[in-house]
Amino acid sequence: MNIHEYQSKEMLRSYGVAVPNGKVAFTVDEAVEAAKELDSGVTVVKAQIHAGGRGKAGGVKIAKSEEEVRTYADEILGKQLVTHQTGPEGTKVKRLLIEEGCDIQKEYYIGIVLDRATSRITMMASEEGGTEIEEVAAETPEKIFKEVIDPVVGLMPYQARRLAFQINIPNEMLNKAVKFMMALYQAFVEKDCSIAEINPLVTTGDGEVLALDAKLNFDDNALFRQKDIQQLRDLDEEDPKEIEASKYDLSYIALDGNIGCMVNGAGLAMATMDIIKHYGGDPANFLDVGGGATAEKVTEAFKIILSDSNVKGILVNIFGGIMKCDVIAEGVVAATKEVGLEIPLVVRLEGTNVEQGKQILNESGLDIQASESLAEAAQKIVELVK
Amino acid sequence: MGVFINKDTKVIVQGITGSTALFHTKQMLEYGTKIVGGVTPKKGGTEVEGVPVFNTVQEAVDQTSATASVVYVPAPFAADAIMEAVDAELDLVICITEHIPVIDMVKVKRYMEGKKTRLVGPNCPGVITADECKIGIMPGYIHKKGHIGVVSRSGTLTYEAVHQLTQAGIGQTTAVGIGGDPVNGTDFIDALQAFQDDPETYAVVMIGEIGGTAEEEAAQFVKDHMDKPVVGFIGGRTAPPGKRMGHAGAIISGGKGTAEEKIAVMNECGIEVAETPSVIGETLIKVIQEKGLYDKCKTH
Repeated sequence: MNIHEYQSKEMLRSYGVAVPNGKVAFTVDEAVEAAKELDSGVTVVKAQIHAGGRGKAGGVKIAKSEEEVRTYADEILGKQLVTHQTGPEGTKVKRLLIEEGCDIQKEYYIGIVLDRATSRITMMASEEGGTEIEEVAAETPEKIFKEVIDPVVGLMPYQARRLAFQINIPNEMLNKAVKFMMALYQAFVEKDCSIAEINPLVTTGDGEVLALDAKLNFDDNALFRQKDIQQLRDLDEEDPKEIEASKYDLSYIALDGNIGCMVNGAGLAMATMDIIKHYGGDPANFLDVGGGATAEKVTEAFKIILSDSNVKGILVNIFGGIMKCDVIAEGVVAATKEVGLEIPLVVRLEGTNVEQGKQILNESGLDIQASESLAEAAQKIVELVK
Repeated sequence: MGVFINKDTKVIVQGITGSTALFHTKQMLEYGTKIVGGVTPKKGGTEVEGVPVFNTVQEAVDQTSATASVVYVPAPFAADAIMEAVDAELDLVICITEHIPVIDMVKVKRYMEGKKTRLVGPNCPGVITADECKIGIMPGYIHKKGHIGVVSRSGTLTYEAVHQLTQAGIGQTTAVGIGGDPVNGTDFIDALQAFQDDPETYAVVMIGEIGGTAEEEAAQFVKDHMDKPVVGFIGGRTAPPGKRMGHAGAIISGGKGTAEEKIAVMNECGIEVAETPSVIGETLIKVIQEKGLYDKCKTH
């Protein structure tokens, strides 16, 4: 799960991570009011959307007066901001972060991620702040330094010091940088983050070490014990179909094609998309109904697929293990009856209780095309939507 | 034979009184798996499906001499359950549970360092040695005893591959589901090493997906340490970057972990990769024919 920059900064501040003073604003008046309160001379007006690349897209402006704050706030609020991460349609800006400007001396990068190869949390640091870390990794990998963290003791001060020296933080600010990193790690583990990225981390003319930007992502699997983070979810940032799916614990991702897919198991769901593409079709979504699906869940899954007006046909591909084919079949029949199906439906069932499942489909009297193999099913649905 | 489990493996079921665990305990017993006990705190002394239930893993091990456990415990408590099994010095723990927080698994992996227990999973379908022992949630009837090892990050894709092999009269030794999480126990290389060492296994199917670099490392291992043929499949060629495709570990991030990259490395290392999921079986058959192993692998 993602949250906004201002939310990340508030959370980090509570852990003792140094961030600039700032306030969120939902209207132009609130923005001006916030700037007055900050009274910092230079004020930064920052669009709050989940996607990165806001600065380049014109979503970050530096204001030198209250009037400029008003002008920029008015310009950015409600704007459809298009960045390299939003897609061509962009994301509408509904919130601003009004932040005090600071006297930047130098920009650095600090990130925390899971290192899959070692199964450990790893802190990364670089002197090349302000650019995307993937770019640095591709062009000057020797400028990225890493510390692998033992979960028993957590990040140790010597590790933070080593990183700070490696990225050439000036000696007089070293202790502040170490404190910053230690606090950031604490927040990462206590809040079950999956990514924490401070890009840039800056040193300032008055000797501060600050997070100029902050991006926190959270482990969805840990949200059950992070109730305060659940509260920060911004539904405006999500696809409505994905929101609906998450209510029923369905794993759904909207895509651009016209063949709706309902599959059990993430691997098979991906492979089903792949094979549709292989036969010249285009998948409209990724949808894993999961292991514990009930007939009701399957019905909801069906409704979500059909709510996408691009969908011209549906492929159901189920290989029952933990999921029973008869449950899927009942769900398909119930959903079809409830929503009324006017587009082609191809169903391929295999695995646990497959015979009961096929029987339910056959006896339903519905126009369902049954297929024995995945290849046949994929070819059939691609043909039918042409 | 086969790897990790066989007809003599004695298994306890952690979380046995939950509905999913109960359903699959019944299925495992029907398959012939020696389920000797179950564990659910506070349900000790009762019995389900004719299997005695204990309060703790240690008690279950002491009373039954079990050497393996399968974990169906819900995600918030699953890491604790795995560590309890490791503490009881079981040889093998297979964790079916999905959605375990990553930080919990980081701790589990650290806790297991230097201990004897092998972990398979989490978020996996389990392990099955055909006609001998089934531990997990896979449908038993699609498996057939034979000479192909299968290792996979995906449950249902494993079924797909096994089904194709069985339909073609090519049986399997063991199918190992290593799970779709970014932090897991047994990895591709562990399973490949076990198949290389197993005299009954003549060839291996390896099924990966987008995210991470486990497939690339495994491919290098195949090239350097295996003389048995390996064929592969990678799911997620059409997956958009930056989106988590159901499995916590299946994500292309920062342009890394794409199917194309993995397939290229696998090909370089001599692994033939199936073009679509429906030709995994065909691809394996083609390769074992080329290597002169087809007749030895054909089971009827």
